[in-house]
Amino acid sequence: MTAALTSATAEAGAPPPPPRGSSRIAWLLLTPGLAYLVLFFVAPVAVLLLTSLYERVPDGPVGATRPALRWENYTDALVTYAPQFGRSFLYAFIATVLALAIGYPLAYVIAVRCRNRPLLQGLLLVLVIAPFFTSFILRTIAWKQILADESLVVAVLKTISLLPDDARLTATPTAVVAGLTYNFLPFMTLPIYANLERLDLRLIEAGEDLYANPAETFRRVTLPLSMPGIVAGSLLTFIPAAGDYVNSALLGTASTAMIGNVIDSRFFRVVDYPTAAALSVLLMAAILLLVAAYVRRSGTDDLL
Amino acid sequence: MAADLLAAPGGGRDLELVGITKRFGEAVAVDDLSLRMPAGSFFALLGPSGCGKTTMLRMVAGLEVPTAGQVLIGGDDVTTTRPYRRPVNTVFQSYALFPHLDVLENVAFGLRRRRERNAEQRAMAALDMVELGPLARRRPTRLSGGQQQRVALARALVNNPAVLLLDEPLGALDLKLRRQMQVELKRIQDEVGGTTFVHVTHDQEEAMTMADTVAVMNAGRIEQLGPPQELYDLPRTPFVANFLGRSNLLPGTVVEERDGLLGVDAAGTRLLVPADRAVARSGQVLVGIRPEKVHLVAAGADEPADSTVLGPGTVADVSFSGVSTEYLVDVAGYGRMSVFTQNLGAGPGAMVGEQVRLAWSPRHAFVLVGDAPAAGPLEREAATVGAAGGTGP
Ligand SMILES: Nc1ncnc2c1ncn2[C@@H]1O[C@H](COP(=O)(O)OP(=O)(O)O)[C@@H](O)[C@H]1O
Ligand SMILES: [Mg+2]
Repeated sequence: MTAALTSATAEAGAPPPPPRGSSRIAWLLLTPGLAYLVLFFVAPVAVLLLTSLYERVPDGPVGATRPALRWENYTDALVTYAPQFGRSFLYAFIATVLALAIGYPLAYVIAVRCRNRPLLQGLLLVLVIAPFFTSFILRTIAWKQILADESLVVAVLKTISLLPDDARLTATPTAVVAGLTYNFLPFMTLPIYANLERLDLRLIEAGEDLYANPAETFRRVTLPLSMPGIVAGSLLTFIPAAGDYVNSALLGTASTAMIGNVIDSRFFRVVDYPTAAALSVLLMAAILLLVAAYVRRSGTDDLL
Repeated sequence: MAADLLAAPGGGRDLELVGITKRFGEAVAVDDLSLRMPAGSFFALLGPSGCGKTTMLRMVAGLEVPTAGQVLIGGDDVTTTRPYRRPVNTVFQSYALFPHLDVLENVAFGLRRRRERNAEQRAMAALDMVELGPLARRRPTRLSGGQQQRVALARALVNNPAVLLLDEPLGALDLKLRRQMQVELKRIQDEVGGTTFVHVTHDQEEAMTMADTVAVMNAGRIEQLGPPQELYDLPRTPFVANFLGRSNLLPGTVVEERDGLLGVDAAGTRLLVPADRAVARSGQVLVGIRPEKVHLVAAGADEPADSTVLGPGTVADVSFSGVSTEYLVDVAGYGRMSVFTQNLGAGPGAMVGEQVRLAWSPRHAFVLVGDAPAAGPLEREAATVGAAGGTGP
């Protein structure tokens, strides 16, 4: 017994070192990817960083700037647009939570409950992906119709007194969050589906065999095992939602403006490149920090 | 010490299946099966792959609901009780260890769900019992097959279930480790005391060395049930005769019964069999004799007294396997007979092509009814293991 134990322990030793000599080929294969990254990611970010420190040419034409190291761009932007920043993260957070609440059960039904019915499974998956067949903008405009004051939805909600008679849905934070939730739902559902699709149902049975009722089995087995899918889905929802401006522009008002709307107007309407660039950098940094904290906290390293 | 923590009151309870049937669509996986396993026994369910063993265990565990029949544990009908409410734990064929929990938390899982006190200490004690204490904080995916198997065992046993179900727990281990684990499992069963072990296997030697009672299952039914020695000595169906060890089966007709002996006419030779070792006392039967009970009698040598003699036949094949040698002898009118002789060092045995006669004592023969199953590769393999006399290498 003890002998078996030691020999078995020895088996699980370190993996063999990676073969040498193939590193040149590896670099060669990596070149297109690296070139792409440098060209379309590193370079634009560098330009953005530089631009964010430019200063305006006093008394110059509209939008004229010159190179400088004006750090105040950041503090000014942060102070001026703090409400929009807060709103962006709040809306994105609520939309992520809602998308999780809708997307997880949906993914669970498709991946687990329909596992023995591939036809139904395929059909449901197509339905999840179907919105991608039309343009993002068109779908959001359709939502504008759905939530409009004279729409059927609003009429019904008012009839059953879920909505006060003088209330409206369009041009409210609710409409913006609903639009965000709807638009990013597939990004939540699909990673969770991909994860649950691989869920070993024998582990669920083992949970039940070990005195866990279905709710506990879900909490102690299914949920922890699907954390990688939840993390991926949340990131794919939260990050674009925080930077989104289409939903607020089409479904909201000035009072629901998100940071994306500000950047949009700074870049394209006011032609204030340094502020727009500073805001973009701040948004990027904030998202990076939040994401890092989130991934650390959910501790999925050894499951990914 | 480990045992003190594990053997809480409660202990084992009888497990009883009454007329259990399970159908998957048209296919019948378990067919009107009834049996009773007394509390504290080590019960082996032996059968070829696909005969319904896993399905039966799953019905006991509550993971499958029978199409018909009842499952009783300690007299309580649990047929439709949800798995988490049954005093039953399973060591799954695939182990099914939780990859997101370390070894200790895997073992403590059941205790924590039942809000038991000292969950961690008891889990640790169970791990010590399977000698995996030092690996308590590892992830199961970082363990070898044998270690995972022992974690699965500890995870089930720590709950001190009334019935422990083991679904081919040693199937994935290599031969040497399997032998060690068989001994280990027996020791653990003695140690925890009281828990009824239901051990499913398709390895007949494993079943015979470990269990108090062996049930041989075939196509969803129990063919025969009893202590291993009894099953081996007196199989009641051709399937059992060839699944548990191997047998030479000679078709014949019962022609007389005298002094407690049946006379069976098999292609012109009178074979004698004790009447109390016969399934039927008239008509078409099969006379069975285990290969190791048959002696070779060289041409010209005297036949042993009071024995049934067949032949002469021609030695077609000799295969030496260490403790024993198998001879295949073609006897005209009877086909190919198998003979095992122990290697006692008494010089070379018969050579290929040699003419020999076959002799055995009538008290070792038995009579069955049915068609002799064709010897497939599985039975051949099973027979080779059985030839070592169940003592193991
Ligand atoms: N969930 C299921 N659906 C359909 N058929 C099944 C299912 N489970 C088992 N079977 C069938 O029932 C029979 C017995 O299977 P099983 O109990 O797993 O056998 P064993 O464990 O003895 O190898 C097999 O023919 C198998 O194909
Ligand atoms: Mg099986």
